[in-house]
Amino acid sequence: MENVHAIEMRNITKTFGKTVANKNVNLYVDKGVVMSLLGENGSGKTTLMNMLAGIYFPDEGEILINGKPVSIRSPKDAYAHQIGMIHQHFKLVDVFTAAENIVLGLKEEGRLDRKKLSEKVKAIADRYGFEIDPDKKIYDMSVSEKQTVEILKVLYRGADVLILDEPTAVLTPQETQKLFDVIRAMRNDGKAIIIITHKLNEVKEISDVVAIMRKGEHVKTVRTAEVTEQEMTELMVGRKVELNIERSTPVNPKPRLTVANLSYTDSNGVKKLDNVGFIAYSGEILGVAGIAGSGQKELLESIAGLRRVDDGSIIYTPEKSHPEDLVGKSPMEIRNAGVSLAFVPEDRLGMGLVGSMGMTDNMMLRNWNKQKGIMIDKTESRMLAEDIYRELEVVTPDIDYPVRKLSGGNVQKVLVGREIATNPSVLMSAYAVRGLDINTSYTIYDLMNKQKENGAAVIFVGEDLDVLLALCDRILVMCGGQVSGIVDARTASKEEIGLLMMKNSQEVN
Amino acid sequence: MEEKVPFVRVTRRQDFKKSSVWMIRILAFVIALVLGCFVFLLCGVSPLQAYAEIVKGAFGKMTGIRQTVKIMIPLLGTALALAPCFKMKYWNIGAEGQITMGAIGAAFFAINFHDKLPGAVLLAVMALAAMILGGLWSAVPAFFKSKWGTNETLFTLMLNYIAIGIVAWLQGGPWEGKEGSQIVPNFASNAILPKIGGIYCGWIIVLALVFFMYFYMNRTKHGYEIAVLGDSENTARYAGMDVTKVIVRTALISGAISGLVGFMLASGANQTIYSGIAANNGFTAITVAWLSQLNPFAMVLISALLAGLSKGSSSLKTAMGVPGSISDIITGIILLCLLGCEFFINYRLVFRHKEEKNV
Repeated sequence: MENVHAIEMRNITKTFGKTVANKNVNLYVDKGVVMSLLGENGSGKTTLMNMLAGIYFPDEGEILINGKPVSIRSPKDAYAHQIGMIHQHFKLVDVFTAAENIVLGLKEEGRLDRKKLSEKVKAIADRYGFEIDPDKKIYDMSVSEKQTVEILKVLYRGADVLILDEPTAVLTPQETQKLFDVIRAMRNDGKAIIIITHKLNEVKEISDVVAIMRKGEHVKTVRTAEVTEQEMTELMVGRKVELNIERSTPVNPKPRLTVANLSYTDSNGVKKLDNVGFIAYSGEILGVAGIAGSGQKELLESIAGLRRVDDGSIIYTPEKSHPEDLVGKSPMEIRNAGVSLAFVPEDRLGMGLVGSMGMTDNMMLRNWNKQKGIMIDKTESRMLAEDIYRELEVVTPDIDYPVRKLSGGNVQKVLVGREIATNPSVLMSAYAVRGLDINTSYTIYDLMNKQKENGAAVIFVGEDLDVLLALCDRILVMCGGQVSGIVDARTASKEEIGLLMMKNSQEVN
Repeated sequence: MEEKVPFVRVTRRQDFKKSSVWMIRILAFVIALVLGCFVFLLCGVSPLQAYAEIVKGAFGKMTGIRQTVKIMIPLLGTALALAPCFKMKYWNIGAEGQITMGAIGAAFFAINFHDKLPGAVLLAVMALAAMILGGLWSAVPAFFKSKWGTNETLFTLMLNYIAIGIVAWLQGGPWEGKEGSQIVPNFASNAILPKIGGIYCGWIIVLALVFFMYFYMNRTKHGYEIAVLGDSENTARYAGMDVTKVIVRTALISGAISGLVGFMLASGANQTIYSGIAANNGFTAITVAWLSQLNPFAMVLISALLAGLSKGSSSLKTAMGVPGSISDIITGIILLCLLGCEFFINYRLVFRHKEEKNV
C-alpha cells in the first residue's frame, strides 16, 4: 500500500463559538519521523493535537490512522489507537510512585505485582535510554523526571504516536539534550513523534520535518534540513521579521538596588531564598535565569514588599534622594518610591490585573488610593487606558471589555504598559513574554530597552536563555533559592548558564 | 463514523448578546409556568385560573399590594446587604443571624427606653443599636477569616443559631411578658415605625438603600476595593490594599444593613421580637442577590417577584382551596428554572444531527 501514514488529518476544522481554532487542516506524520508543529501562540497547534488525543472532537473532517478512518472521542479512544499525548501540565498523582502512576487507570488482570511492574517499566526505560527509578515518589522528582514518567506512561500503554506539547519549556539545556536523545531513540524504534514548539533552534535540531501553522491553518510542511530559521519565522508570522534585539551599552550605571543576605522561608517552612545578594544598576537590564521555581518569583515579590523576608536588606538608591532599606515597607510605599513590578504568572492575570474588569479599571489599580475623598474618578485611568490601547496596539473590542477575555498577548501589553507608564526607576518583570508571539515579544523587548535607556534599572526574569543572552547586560542565575552565579551576557554561553542553573540540585537531592 | 459522534456535547458560549441572555431568562420563566400547569392540573384546578388568582392576590387590590410590599421590604434589604459580600466572594450566609441580632438591639431600647426617650430619638437609637449589633455579628467571622483563614460559610451559619437561641432565651426570660407566655409584649407606640401609604415606612428606607448600594459598589473607592479583592486577593495586595481591613469593613457594613432590616422587622412589621423574626429572609435573600447578578436595581424586580408569589399563593390557598405546599412547589419550580437557565447562558448543547447538517 502506498500513502499510508501513521496519522493523517483531513480537512479538520474546529471552532469555539465564533473563534476558528483550526480551519481545513490537512496534515500527516509517518512512522519513524519526528515532526515539529511550529506556530505562534493561538495558531491552533495545541487544539489540533488535542483532537488527536481525544480532548476535543473536530467539527469537520476526519482522522485516519494507518489509512483507516477512526473516531477519537476520549483520551481512552486515543490510547486504543496507540496515540499518546504528553501535556504541558503534568497529570500525575504526587503521592504515588512512578510505576504506580504509569499503570493508574489501566484494567489489568489479577493483582498488582509491583516487582514485575517495576521490571516492565525499567525495560521500557532502558530500551529508549530513560533514567528512571520506578519506585520513586512523584513529589521527590524534578520536573524533568516527572516528564519522563509522563512519557513512560504513554509508552507503557503501547503508543506508537507520541505528541509532546512544548516539552522543553521547563527543562534546562542539559535536560533538553537528554530528552532529545530519548526522542531520537524512539524515532529509530519506528514511532511517529510530534513536538509542539515555538523554539526555532530546537526545530532544527530534533525534527525531520516541520509543519507550520498560522492562524489556525496549516501553511506548509517542509523538510527541516531544507529550511532556515529566518524562512520558518516568515512562514509562521506571514511576513518578514527582524530577529535582532538591539543592545546598547549601559550609560553611566550606578547602583540602584543593592540586595544583601536576603533569605525567605515560605509558610510551609521551605526556604525559598537563601542568602541572596546582588546589585542592580541604573541603565542596565539584569536578567534572571533559573529553572522554574528556583526562587525567581519570591525574589521579585520580596523586593516589591509582598513577602516578609526572614533576613537581609534591600537598599534602594533613587536618583535624587537618599538610600533607604525597602525591607519592612508596605507594597504601596515601595511602588510609590518608584519600584514597579510587572509579573506575568502562568495564568497571565494572577497578580497584576483584575480579569473581570476592563482596561480602565485595571489602570486604576495604579492610582486608586492617591485620589482624595471616598469617590473614585476614572478620568485619568481612562486616558491612560486609551494611550496604551493606541500605542501598544491592544486588540480589544472596547477599553472596558473584561481583560480576561483578551488573548494572552494583549493581556500582557496591558500589564506591562501600565507598569511602564509609571516611569519606574526600578522595573521588575517576570515572564513578560510568556507565550507571546514573536512580534509582540519584540515590542516588549523594545519597551524594556527604552526603560533602560531612560536610566531605569530593569530586572528581567525570563525563560528563554537565547533571549536573555541577547537582551540583558548581565544575567543572574538562580538555583534552589541561591544565586549560583552572575555572568556577563555579552560573553557567557548557554551551556555555562545551564550548568549554573543545575549547580547545587545534585547536592539537594 | 457518523454514529460514533457523541449524541450531545457541551460547549462554552462566546460573547453572548445581552438581549439573548434576557430572552433565555424569560423563556426559563415561561417554561416554569408551563411546568407549574401540570402541578395545578394534578390538584384538579384550572392552571390559568390559578395563575390569575396569584397575580390578583399579589397585585390586584391595594391591600394585596401592601401585603406584597411588606414581604418585599426585608427580602430586598437583606439582598442589598449581601451584595458587597458576594461581590467580594465572601460567602456570608449569616444574614439570618445578623437580622436577628439587629432586632435584639432594637428591642432592647424599645423595651427599656420607650418611656425615657421621645419617639424620633428612640427610633434613631433603636436603628443605630440594630446596625451596631448586626454589624458586629458579621464582622467577627470576617475578622477570624482574614486573620486565621477560618471558613466564613460555616462560621456565619453557626452564628445564626446562636442569635436565634439568644432571642428564644430573652423571650422566655428577661423580656417575657405574661409569665409562662414565652412572648415579648408589643412595643410601645413611640417605638413603632410610622406608616407611609398604609405600609410601615421601611419601604422608603430600602428604596434609599437601593440607590446607596448601587452608588457604593460602583462609584466609590470601597466598591472598587471590593471588586478587586473579589477577583483576586493577590492583585488586591499587590495594589496596596489592606485586605484584612477591606474584608472586615465590608462584612461590617453588610451586617449593619442586615441589622437595620432586623430593626424594621421588629419595629415595623411585627412590633415585637420573637425567635423566628428573621423568617428565612436571610436565606431567601441569597437567591434574590444571585438571581439579580448582584445588581441592586434588578434586586427590586426579583424581590417583587418572589414577594408577589408568596402573597399570591396565600390568597390562592384561601380562594381556591389549593394546599399551601402546592404554592411552594410552584415557587420552587420557578427558582429552579431561573437558576438553571444560567447554565444555558454560559454553555451550549450541540446535538449530533445538527452537526451533520453543518457538514
